[in-house]
Order: sequence, then C-alpha cells, then structure tokens
Amino acid sequence: MTTSVDRPQTDAERTVSVTVNGVPREATVPVRRVLSDLLRDDLGLTGTHVGCAHGVCGSCTVMVDGDPVRSCLVLAVQVQGASVTTVEGLAREDERGGQVLHPVQEAFRECHALQCGYCTPGFLVTIAAGLEARDAAEEISEEEVDELVGGNLCRCTGYANIKKAVRHAAATMRDGQ
Amino acid sequence: MTTKLFGEPVRRREDARLITGKGRYLDDIGANALAAAFVRSPHAHARITGIDAEAALDVEGLVAIYTYEDLTGPMAEPLPVLIPHPQLHAPRTGYPLANGVVHHVGEPVVMVVATDRYVAEDAAERIVVTYEELPVVVGVDAAREARAAVHDDVPDNVAARHHQETGDVEAALAAAPHTLSFTQYIERSACMPLEGKGVHARWDADDASLRVYSSTQASTSVRAAIAAKLELSLDRVEVIAPDVGGGFGVKIVHPWPEELLVPMAAIRLGREVKWAEDRREHFIGSAHERQQRQEITVGYDDDGRVTALDVHVWHDNGAYTPYGIIVPIVTATQLVGPYALPVYRVVVESVYTNTVIVTPYRGAGRPQGCYAMERTMDRIADALGLDRAEVRRRNLITPDQFPYDHRLTFQDGRPVIYDSGDYPGLLDKLVALVGWDEAEALRADARARGKLLGVGMALYVEGTGPGPYEGGHVQVLGSGKVLVSTGLTSQGQGHETVFAQIVASELGVPIDDVEVHTGDTRRFAYAVGTFASRAAVMSGNAVALAARGVREKAIRIAAEVLEANPEDLEIDEGLVQVKGTPGASIPLRTVAVLSNPLRYAFDEAAKQATQFARAGSDDKPPVAPGDAPGLEHRDYYSPIRSTFASGAHAAVVEIDPQTWEIDVVRYAVVHDCGNVVNPMIVEGQVHGGVAQGVGGALYERMAYDGDGQLQNASFMDFLMPYASEVPDIVIDHQETPSPLNPLGIKGAGEAGVIPGTAAIASAIEDATGRRITSMPISPTELYDLMRDETAERTAASERTGAPA
Repeated sequence: MTTSVDRPQTDAERTVSVTVNGVPREATVPVRRVLSDLLRDDLGLTGTHVGCAHGVCGSCTVMVDGDPVRSCLVLAVQVQGASVTTVEGLAREDERGGQVLHPVQEAFRECHALQCGYCTPGFLVTIAAGLEARDAAEEISEEEVDELVGGNLCRCTGYANIKKAVRHAAATMRDGQ
Repeated sequence: MTTKLFGEPVRRREDARLITGKGRYLDDIGANALAAAFVRSPHAHARITGIDAEAALDVEGLVAIYTYEDLTGPMAEPLPVLIPHPQLHAPRTGYPLANGVVHHVGEPVVMVVATDRYVAEDAAERIVVTYEELPVVVGVDAAREARAAVHDDVPDNVAARHHQETGDVEAALAAAPHTLSFTQYIERSACMPLEGKGVHARWDADDASLRVYSSTQASTSVRAAIAAKLELSLDRVEVIAPDVGGGFGVKIVHPWPEELLVPMAAIRLGREVKWAEDRREHFIGSAHERQQRQEITVGYDDDGRVTALDVHVWHDNGAYTPYGIIVPIVTATQLVGPYALPVYRVVVESVYTNTVIVTPYRGAGRPQGCYAMERTMDRIADALGLDRAEVRRRNLITPDQFPYDHRLTFQDGRPVIYDSGDYPGLLDKLVALVGWDEAEALRADARARGKLLGVGMALYVEGTGPGPYEGGHVQVLGSGKVLVSTGLTSQGQGHETVFAQIVASELGVPIDDVEVHTGDTRRFAYAVGTFASRAAVMSGNAVALAARGVREKAIRIAAEVLEANPEDLEIDEGLVQVKGTPGASIPLRTVAVLSNPLRYAFDEAAKQATQFARAGSDDKPPVAPGDAPGLEHRDYYSPIRSTFASGAHAAVVEIDPQTWEIDVVRYAVVHDCGNVVNPMIVEGQVHGGVAQGVGGALYERMAYDGDGQLQNASFMDFLMPYASEVPDIVIDHQETPSPLNPLGIKGAGEAGVIPGTAAIASAIEDATGRRITSMPISPTELYDLMRDETAERTAASERTGAPA
C-alpha cells in the first residue's frame, strides 16, 4: 500500500466494540468514519439523522455514556468500549415485551412538538439526557427548559411546542416518582 | 355521529414512527447503494477549459465518473422551464452537468459514483477542473446596471418583464391630494429544511423498470420528468416521496440535476445509486428567495385612503429561471393585501445574477409584497400623523364587498377574486390581542428600564389552494381497513392525520381504521404537488369527495342487503344502519366483501361473496353495467380559482441602545384559514411560519461577496433561529369559510411567515424613529443607522421620544 506524503491515510481500519441501546455491537470501520455513519450505515440504526454534519444543528445527537454528543463530530473509534443510546433506545420494554415510550417521546406526541420529524431524534435524546440528569422531584424552571432545547435547530415547529413538551415530560417524570 | 372528527385537535398518526426512530427518510433507504458525489463549480461565472479525472481513477472503490460529455439525448439538453410564461421572454436553465459555462458557485460539473460517500468524495477531490473566469453579477442593483451579463445572449440581464395595471395610474397619481415615493430592499434567505434533498434509484433490469425515491414535493412530476429525460415509458418509472425532512418550497423545484443523474447512473451501472445532499451543497446547489428592490409611489387623500399605487419591483431570480416568474407574480398580485386600491400598477423586472436560483420559499413572494404594501401604510400614517392601525382600517375591503375582484391575474393564470374574509374583524382582534392602544404605557415602562420599545403590525391576504387539481382514492377492504391515497406529498404538515380525519368524518368510520398514503405514484399517479398552501384545500376536498363516493356505493349495496330505502341508511362507527332501527345494520367491511362478487373463497370473509353464497337475480350480471367491483372511489377536486386566507400580525420589539440588540418581546397573530380541520396542526404551522418570519427579519441573510462566493454557507454562519430567538406567540382565530370548496377550507401552511418582516420593520422604526428601508436588519446595521446623521427620521419620532 502506498500513501502519498501530503495526504492522511484514509483507508486504515479498526474494529470498534460498543454497546448500543444496551446491545453489544462490533464493526470494523475505516478510522475516519464518524459515529453518525457507524450508527446509520454499519449498525443500521437510521433513527439518528444528520442535518448539517458540522455540529451546529443537533439532529444527530446521541448519548455516549449518558451525555448528549453530536455524533457527526465524533469518530467511530472514539466510542470504543462506550455505551451509546440513540433514539431507538429511548423506549423501554415492559414485562410483556411491549414498548413503553420515554416520557419525552410521549410528550412530543401529546404536545405536537414535531412536524417533519427530521430533527426530532436529536431533540428527544438531548432532552431525555437532560431530564434524566436532573432531580425529577424539582419542578422544572423556564431557564432549564430553554437550556435543554437551546442548542438544537428545528425549522418546522418554531419551538413553542417543543418547550411545552419538555414541561410536560418533566411533569410526567415528577409524577412517576 | 360519534365519528365526527373534522375540527378536532386529533393527535398525529405520523408521530408513532417518527418519535421512535422508525421514520424512513431518503438517506435511510438503500443501505447497499453506491454513493454519488459532485464536483461543483467554485466560480460564479466561468468557462470550463478542461476536466482532468486522471488522478481520480486509481481511487479504490471508484465506480464511474460522468461529465456533460457523457450525457446523451434529452439529458444533453437544458433542464426544463417548468412554468413558462409569455412575459418570461428570456428563460434560461442549466444542464444536468455544466455544458461549457458555469453561472453560479455550486453548479454541478462532474458526478462521481463510488462504493460509499467517503470514497466518492475522495475521487471528486482529485478531479481537476480548469476554468477561465468571466465577469460576475451579484445583487439586484448590479444586475440592473448590466455592466456585465450573466448570460451572453441576455445583455440587460432581464429575464422577464411582468406588468399588470387596473387603471390609469399616472392620472390617478396626478390627481392625488398627496403622494410619496420611496425605495426599499429585502434580502435573500432560504428554506433550509433540516433534511437536504436526496435521490435513490434502483433499476430492475429483468423488469426494465425504475424505482426512484426522492425527497421531493412533487413526485408525480418528477416521475414524468425522469421518463422524458431518460427516454423511458412512463409506466416503467415509479417515484416515491418517503418521509421528507421539511421542504418549505425548495423541494417543489424539479427535476433537480441530481434527480435525473442518479437514475441515469443506476440504469447505466445496473446498481442502486444514492445521493444525499450535504449542508454546504444545499446552500450553494439548491435555491434561495426573497431578494428584491422595490420602488413605490403612492397617492392618498387627507384621510389616508390610498387613491393610486404604482410599484416597480426588481426581482433577483439568480442564475436560471426553471420555476419561471411565479415568485415575482405572487409578489405583484398579493401585494394588494386586504386593501381596496382604486388604481394599481405593478411592473416587475426579473433579473439574472450569478447566484443560486431563486424559487419559492414558504410565502413565495408574499413576504415581499406584504413588506411593500404594509410599509406604504406606515409611511402614509407617518406623513399624516395618524395611527397606523387607523390608516389600515380606512383602506380595508369590507365584509360586504365579497367576492372582491382586484382585476389582477394570479400565479395560476386565474383572476384575483377574493372569495371571503373579514379584514376589519382581523384588525380589531389584533389590536386587542397585542394591546396596540397601550403601546405608550409599554414604551414608558421600557424607557424606565433603559430600553427602546416599538410596536408594528402587518396584514396580509394569501391566495391558497391553486389548481389545476388534486385527486383522492378511498377503498374499504374486507378487513374494514380504509385505504386513502392522494398524489401530493408530505413534508411534515400532518397530512396522514388531516386526511384521515376528513375521510373518517365523511365515511363514518373510526379514524384508527383509516390509513393514508401520499406522494407515491404507484398508488396515485395524477397529482400536482405540495406548494402554495394547497394540500388541505386540494387533496382534503378530493379525499372528501372520494369518501362521499364510497359512502354512496356502500349505502346502495347495504340497502339491497337490508332491503331498506337508501335514504333511511347512515354509516356510523363503520356500521351501515337504518336510522332509528337498532339491529338493522351491516358492517361496512361486510359491504366491502359483498361489493366484489367472487368465485374463490380465499378467506373466511370472502365466502360471503362467492357465487353460491349470494342470492342474485338470474337476469342481471353480477357486476351491473356501469358499476365496478370493490368498495372504492376515485375523485378529483379542481377549483375554479384560489381561495384567499388572511391574517394580521403584530410585533413588539425592545432594543438595547447600548448593543442595538433587537428583541421581539411579544408577537400576536390573528389567523383566518376558513374552516379548520385540525386546530392543533394549524397552530403548529403558524408557530413554524412565525419563527421563519422572525429569522428572515432579523437573522437570515445569504451573504454573497462581489465574486459570487456565498460567505456563510453553513449553519455556523447562516443564522437560523434557535429557540432563544423565537418569541412567545399569542394566537387568535377567525373562521370565514370559503364558498369555493365543499369543506369550506383555505390553506394555512405558509401564512405564518408572510407578515414577519413588515411587522418587525415597522416596530423597529417605531422604536428608533429611523426609517427602515432594508431588511433583514442586524444590530450592527441598526447601530450604523443610528449614527448616520443623514438617516431619515420619522415624523412620529417627535412624539414617541425616539433617540435623537
């Protein structure tokens, strides 16, 4: 194999082992592959969407070890050994194998917080991570709501109903304690 | 009836899949497809002198490289002028791949196909295209001056001169007690859906057929265009719009070069090929809108009533005119708004520039028209020392004047005749909702906090639901499931829900039994597309008519079975029953089974329809002449002309006189789209539109430099509103049904964006006392304006205590 001196080597490969939505997964990928492509193309989890590919819009947000990250700005090899949660992993199974939606998913439907739905997975993951990291017993403040939705772009909804959904989900999580 | 759902805030049926990651957008399709990438022009205007692909050939995984030289037949011809118009005297369109000359940065020059997108980009990067640069025209003023030509054979850069007038404007202006003239500008923004465009194509060589998925607003016409350009019989091509991640107009344009090139490659290679547009490509390779220079002269009397209006619009149409002059015609004809103008003349000159093409973006010329008219009202009020609301009120068309004929020709070639409305009602509601008459108190309160406060308003009328037609198909299956299809596409408007509500209501079935499909040419081949706030009006009425056809047939069949008079039957909760006679009923699903006389009992239900199970007359055929098997109906809605929705917005802005940051602190909307199918969805549309309106007024601007380079082609640099930039919105409704269609509805999709720029400009002017003549406006520009001693001050600034 020859590599020109002025170009980075792009075809080296690594095997990445990562837990995605609770399931151990493994994929051998070029080292330059970003996490969003690993999830979508190698692992078939197309719920994570890419809106800008430069880390601004937040559509591609997933949780890595519980923290929201922009999967278009993370290399696949960086999540070696980590635990990743995507929109597909927000709902949990009940005892009978049925699906119980995360409160924020329920809230998005109830509050009409999505239209085209393309940015929605990024919002859902970001908000779920934020709500899970806070004391659910505390009533959510407007500042917290603004903070949770403030880093993601949506071109359809004008955000009012997304903010409503955050309040709704926070209330559900408080009642559910 | 228990199944009445029309008008209810029914939760969306789309959401279950979209909130769980099970939506299927373009790039989610075709996991094994080859990937296309494009080499695009880095120059705004240049002659291609050479293309050297040699260095790309040794990239492992490269499959094919295409340039203009590889295009044959209709593919080697220019792209279609989609909407020809007699006044578009010099239409120009590009080629699928550049043929000799490029006319804007981003124009596709070479297509590369490879095993994946990374490899395709590697190969594209190694292809060397050499250019001889040509003079560049950027901006509407440079186009007017025509020191250089965008197209050699159009030396004045004018693509079209559009002209409409309703009387002798010169005479009316000469006779007017007062006149005033001014020039103002509005800049470029763009749709910017979170999902860019995208195309996936699969050629089935055994079947000699092509299936294309496209993130489009017009799948039926994309299909026709592909068939024509690739010389395929229409029946060999199917086009499907999957889940589409927003459109806002940019995806109504077609065929995009990629929509032809990707299928072409799929056929030639016998492999699935896919292209998903990245964000930079979307900025430089799709479409923008809004840039205009507007020269306005208005005549008015002592009371502020307009006696004549004369408008000259210079409209920047970018490098090509594939979508004709729809946007400037909409500006020209919707400019008149809710006002009675005795005499109106408009001249539009649509000019070429070396920039991305200009095609409809939500509002599609209306925001510019509204900006022209509403700022005129503000000027009249200022000149006469009258309240801005009062001047508007005096000019409004009154409810007893409908139908109101403006004597203009709309974008659909039909007359601008307003069907219904109550504009004084809108204004009254708006004044109350925003607290217009308490502005002085708000201003004083803001001043006490060291802020400048201003209020502004803008009214609009929006022609919605233009023809020529849409169709609907409704079919009841033996399982009781009701399949509904319509050809137009969805980009997040909730069509699956709204059309299900309409069909469930019309047919009398539970909404859970109804399944709606849109934008799939396999299911419905005749359609126009989703634009101009037309989906609910057009397909809503079409599916309603189709459902009524099914209902009529169901009642006819049930009447025979129940030996009842059809007039005595009703359908409720999926049961056809004799009114007032409990027990005398038959499930609709059974009617569906009986509607199709069978020989073979493929399942338990089918037994009822087989030849030895049904008693029938020996004298009649099982399917009567003129009848058809199955419980289904297809129908079309084709309106005589557009239906006109309306609304009024008001903005309250606070400005920090240290930073000149502009904060919209209150935003009020009064909205009238006739009968509302789903108020939750309509409010959602309004919210989204207002956010785009605020973005267009304060943040979004395509920043081209003099060389035609787009300086802010990323989400980092092009400022779309986040939640922090969108004000809280208060909404009041008014429902003036349309007399033109069976459901009495008017379109709602685009309304929210239309008056934003006008209302916010008015509010900033009110707060600062400085004439605002160019939008959008940034804090820096406002700072410069405040420091500019030659800047025009409003007369009202004496009264409002605006800064000196």
